[in-house]
Amino acid sequence: MKTQISKKLFVILSIAFTLSLSALPVHSQSEERTLSAAQEWVKGIEVPGLGYRSWVTGIQPPVEEEVEEAKGIDAFVDKIMTPINAVIYNAVFFSVPFFGSDLKLVVAWLVVGAVFCTIYFGLVNFRGFLQALRLVRGDYSNPNDHGEVSHFQALATALSGTVGVGNIGAVPVLIVLGGPGAVFWMIVAGFLGMSSKFCECTLGVKYRNENPDGSVSGGPMYSLKKGLAELGKPGLGKILAIFFSITVVFGCLGGGNMFQANQAYVQFVNITGGADSFLAGKGWLFGLVFAILVGVVIVGGIKSIAKVTEKVVPFMAILYLIGALIVLFINMDRIPAAVGAIFANAFTPGGVTGGFVGVLILGFQRAAFSNEAGIGSAAIAHSAVRTKEPVTEGLVSLLEPFIDTVVICTITALVILTTVYGDPSIAHLSGVGLTSEAMMRTVAWFPTPLSIAVVLFAFSTMISWSYYGLKGWTYCFGESKAADISFKLIFCLFVIIGCSIPLASVLDFSDAMIFAMAIPNILGIYFLAPLVKKEMKSYFARVKSGEIVNYRKLNASKN
Amino acid sequence: MSKLIMVGVDGSEPGVRAAELAAEEANANGAKLSIVYVIEWSPYSFNTPEENEQRHKRREEEIDAANTMILKPLVEKLSTTGIEVEGLVFHGHPAKTLNSVANENHASRIFIGRTGGSGISQLLFGSVAGNLVQTAKVPVTVVP
Repeated sequence: MKTQISKKLFVILSIAFTLSLSALPVHSQSEERTLSAAQEWVKGIEVPGLGYRSWVTGIQPPVEEEVEEAKGIDAFVDKIMTPINAVIYNAVFFSVPFFGSDLKLVVAWLVVGAVFCTIYFGLVNFRGFLQALRLVRGDYSNPNDHGEVSHFQALATALSGTVGVGNIGAVPVLIVLGGPGAVFWMIVAGFLGMSSKFCECTLGVKYRNENPDGSVSGGPMYSLKKGLAELGKPGLGKILAIFFSITVVFGCLGGGNMFQANQAYVQFVNITGGADSFLAGKGWLFGLVFAILVGVVIVGGIKSIAKVTEKVVPFMAILYLIGALIVLFINMDRIPAAVGAIFANAFTPGGVTGGFVGVLILGFQRAAFSNEAGIGSAAIAHSAVRTKEPVTEGLVSLLEPFIDTVVICTITALVILTTVYGDPSIAHLSGVGLTSEAMMRTVAWFPTPLSIAVVLFAFSTMISWSYYGLKGWTYCFGESKAADISFKLIFCLFVIIGCSIPLASVLDFSDAMIFAMAIPNILGIYFLAPLVKKEMKSYFARVKSGEIVNYRKLNASKN
Repeated sequence: MSKLIMVGVDGSEPGVRAAELAAEEANANGAKLSIVYVIEWSPYSFNTPEENEQRHKRREEEIDAANTMILKPLVEKLSTTGIEVEGLVFHGHPAKTLNSVANENHASRIFIGRTGGSGISQLLFGSVAGNLVQTAKVPVTVVP
């Protein structure tokens, strides 16, 4: 999903250079360069100035490839952005040494928030899990409310914004950097994230705005504003809400747009023949077409394309899982060893920078970026559900980190661990390329559907994020047709920019913005958690007493 | 409890004929007539966030349109025969919804039209009538 934005960039780059590798004779020299890059990558060397991508991934993108393109507008924008970026980026991703590892404070902020929610809500991530499944299945849906947004639909929409390239491309990097043990901590953090997601989505529904025309607007900016006003802190609430809105707009244009578009372009070139593709080097053309496709969906309201994507994406996700499971099935004999390695290396990792703490931090980071728990984005999507009980939406949303991190990321990890892990001949691969190679070794044609999946994931993530950004934008400028259209046009413009000029500094900036969203959002969680707890207790009590009707049971007893 | 006869309509000609036949039947038995229109909807579809946001509004619009364009004219027309007629709109799977509404209201019979059109629409609507015949707990009359 969007979170992996950063990784995606590097994934893109790494794919680009993988591609250049495949164009053998021409680039034979570049192999040396690539190998050295790969060695640095394996060692996890952080390259100053590469920012977020390098610390998330530890991978140094093959900078040379970009330099060639960096001229004209590109260089100009970079020149303006670099100083701004330096300040903001360093502020958001400020890191402190922590038992021999670098700990990004924003990651600690997310993890502490998640731990707090898990404890404060009495392990709601486990206790509420079955109830969440029942809600998604529709057991508690009043037949008279049919036709409204169902819990399943809200979950599916939010997931399409969360599950994406990172689930396929960033997990291999985690394993290369942190070893199998990092997967263990990623899963732990996935479980913790379920609790913070629960809280932020409950708040989103509780404090959303119901507009006179019957539509709804919700998300952390509304819960911060209204919730803190209720607590007698209207000033603080307003400031945090505006802060959140601004960060969501920039995060949307960068990570939710340019990065995705770029990723889609690279993958598309990949499917259509790599360096020989008719689109190779014509990013602007692809960007234009992609922008038009995005435009007809979000501006023109042509739902058929959105419909197609929204139907195809879950299908692709399931297809990916089936493919991965087939690979696992074929390599079944190696699964026990892989699982054993995940546990064994979690506490005693060999040769990983920072040892135990280093592995823990890597795993936590991966999870935080993947499922976006604590970032506040999903709360915007979940607010559209018309439920009388905000807690129900919170419960449903806790399935997201579970599906995203605990299920999908873990399966990718197992695929890597049972196939290519430890094989020195794949040191030049990374990201999607590595997953692709892992699958190809088992079933030769798997990489093609994988690439198609990546393009579609990027498209649907953009559609979801365009909505998040729009909500931030209209929060700042008011809900009007003009505000609406102007944002959507800007969004389309950025699609083209994203495909044609990969601007590291702009992307770093937007990555910083996405994680800056966590600052007001988690602050809001701390302030408003008691309200959520009260609602949660009352909800569970009423479910127990039968005051909240389980329609499935009711119907079963009738028959 | 008075007898109730239910008819499922979809805005098509056979639907209207089914409603007329059902009205005759209701008249003959002194039963009440429920005309039901089901808007096809599934809780398991995939939507964009914007669609979700607009969903409540759309739902009201859909119900409104079904009422004014299909049910109201039918109800008015059939009321003139002297029977008690009501129009109901639901969202859901057509056959399942007709079935569960019939069960809940203890309808004694269900009438439904079968479109004789071509292609996909026939296939779809045909399956509603067919499905209903398979699953209903009361007699079903299919009107061509």
